[in-house]
Amino acid sequence: MDLTWTPQDEEFRAEARAWLTANVPGRPLPSGDTRAGFTAHLEWERRLFEAGWSVVSWPRAYGGREATPWQWLIFEEEYYRAGAPQRVTQNGIFLLAPSVFAFGTPEQQDRILPRLAAAQDTWCQGWSEPGAGSDLASLTSRAVRDDAAGGWRLTGQKTWSTRGAFCTHAFGLFRTDPDARRHQGLTYFLVDLSSPGVRVHGFSRLDGDEGFADLFLDEVFVPDQDVLGPVNGGWRVAMATAAGERGLTLRSPGRFRATWERLADLARRRPGGLSGAALDQLVDCWLDVEAYARHTDEVVSRTVAGTTVGAEASLSKLHWSQLDVRLHELALDLLGPEAQIDGPWTRGFEFSLSGPIYAGTNEIQRDIVAERLLGLPRSR
Amino acid sequence: MKDARFTRDQLELRDGARDVLKDLDGQDPALVWARLVDLGLPSALVTGLNELDVVLCLEETGRAALPVPIVETCLVAGHLRPGDPRRFGAVLDGSGLLPWPDQAEAALVGDATGVWLLENPAPESLPAVDPQRPLGRIAPDQLPGPDGGEPLAVDAQTLARARRAGALGTAAQLLGLAGYALDLTVGYVRERRQFGVPVGSFQAVKHQLADAHLALEMARPLVYQAAWAQTHDVPAAGREVAAAKARASEAAALVARASLQCHGAMGYTREYPLHRWLTRIWALRAAWGTPTEHRAALAAELGLTGGTR
Repeated sequence: MDLTWTPQDEEFRAEARAWLTANVPGRPLPSGDTRAGFTAHLEWERRLFEAGWSVVSWPRAYGGREATPWQWLIFEEEYYRAGAPQRVTQNGIFLLAPSVFAFGTPEQQDRILPRLAAAQDTWCQGWSEPGAGSDLASLTSRAVRDDAAGGWRLTGQKTWSTRGAFCTHAFGLFRTDPDARRHQGLTYFLVDLSSPGVRVHGFSRLDGDEGFADLFLDEVFVPDQDVLGPVNGGWRVAMATAAGERGLTLRSPGRFRATWERLADLARRRPGGLSGAALDQLVDCWLDVEAYARHTDEVVSRTVAGTTVGAEASLSKLHWSQLDVRLHELALDLLGPEAQIDGPWTRGFEFSLSGPIYAGTNEIQRDIVAERLLGLPRSR
Repeated sequence: MKDARFTRDQLELRDGARDVLKDLDGQDPALVWARLVDLGLPSALVTGLNELDVVLCLEETGRAALPVPIVETCLVAGHLRPGDPRRFGAVLDGSGLLPWPDQAEAALVGDATGVWLLENPAPESLPAVDPQRPLGRIAPDQLPGPDGGEPLAVDAQTLARARRAGALGTAAQLLGLAGYALDLTVGYVRERRQFGVPVGSFQAVKHQLADAHLALEMARPLVYQAAWAQTHDVPAAGREVAAAKARASEAAALVARASLQCHGAMGYTREYPLHRWLTRIWALRAAWGTPTEHRAALAAELGLTGGTR
């Protein structure tokens, strides 16, 4: 065990901090979950890309700087510390890209990844359907072979697609073998949302922003080159993504450390000081942040050593999603009557409540922990 | 490169300890102690090992719920009386509550002002929450000399380090105790059938145990990394150990609660072994600083309260 940073890591941190200090917008951008805000965020994403900070851990050929996983953590810590804008490209970077790296052909990688890193193409997920949420494998959207055209015709409805109304592309699962059972017979498709037959309908999140979309597909043609991984093997391709979504790639400890620091500032500024209960909760949140950081250190250490993260990712997801809610609940408490005003903390609170729901509800995560980590009998 | 993993040597030391300890259940404390001496654990700190090397072995002593003062001897006396080969009792929190007074050839008894060495302690015995961890209280007038005599001549840094070591070793034992209680419970709910199915297939049971497991797994890295901080005596070591003891205590208490609940009435009897792990968890949660005490210290360290530490 060695918990000290190397000189290279320290240099990396200094470089990231200097760039962020000089470049993070002084005033917060409008919400990236609105059309105008999305456009403003894309400009920010392109600046990040041009300076080589949009996908630090990727190969240089695709716009990255081949940072180690430790340096990725450092970058995240500095990014949130600097109060930099939300990443509206994150679903492409964290959900799609891992599957493209793992299952894409060289041609697909060359075609998809640089445009994704540069925020030229923006990607939303097409997982859930009105009838398929936690039970994703029951999805019914289908793809029918079109040999003459050299591809597939996709039909069905996808929903809860994040920022789908503003994105250029979607990735998702469609049923290609109607006779196969559940997880078999699904294929992973990449869909250009400007294709004929696509209709996108944005709708509001809990906070009122148009952050969700329904994707209606009616015989939408997708060429063979936009099938990711094997036909009827899409579940495995998607799971590479899901492991990333639940694990450390989506929620780095730096994010929560930065939120805690802002919360502590809020607490210290409070007239009359902190009450016993609020103080105790603030310390408790600090413990949660530290525990998550140390847990992530172990995950990263194992990842660097070549071990893949499996069901343990569910522990991370349970922990950070509950932590995020607690941090924001405490913030509302500290704000007192001011918490009646719509602002960053109340917005953050509403968003935090989505954490225990998306990327597999926490009920599903507890089932995974109980069944795969503890070895308890399956109940479904 | 940064690396939070233990070395192969440290893991082998742990495996060796686990292998020896598995045969010691129900054995006489004298025999248990002799085996620990064979392992070199009581004298580890003076034979070239450090807290990080032994933290996993101490976790194993918790897992086995050993009825001996190994944390007190290995870690606390290891700092305050290096090289002294005796079996030590230790209590530095001012309560005077000495565990295993019957086994202690000498005791280190302290409060906020200092620590005293007591030869052959013979305190009044008290009823103990954990019957396998007897307790006596050292009254101030039992300390050597008039008015308690002169305190042990150790510098403040060494004393602080010894206090941290006691909390750290106890936190490690709590991880082991909770790990075993959870394993026992998982085994039970897989076997126990009601309504025609294992009770462990009910979500109400699974989710309680998943939450208990989560708490334990999130406390674990805090303890391990506190052992690193303590070994390297980094400035944040006090904060790290406080976090470790607070979270290990809370996680173990949560595991104890879930284990008892998921065992149903079977856990609520001394006819079944679970009680030994539960009572040890409850005793150690209260020793070397309760979660509330460590949180108060953290609040001051984090600049949230005016207090100093």
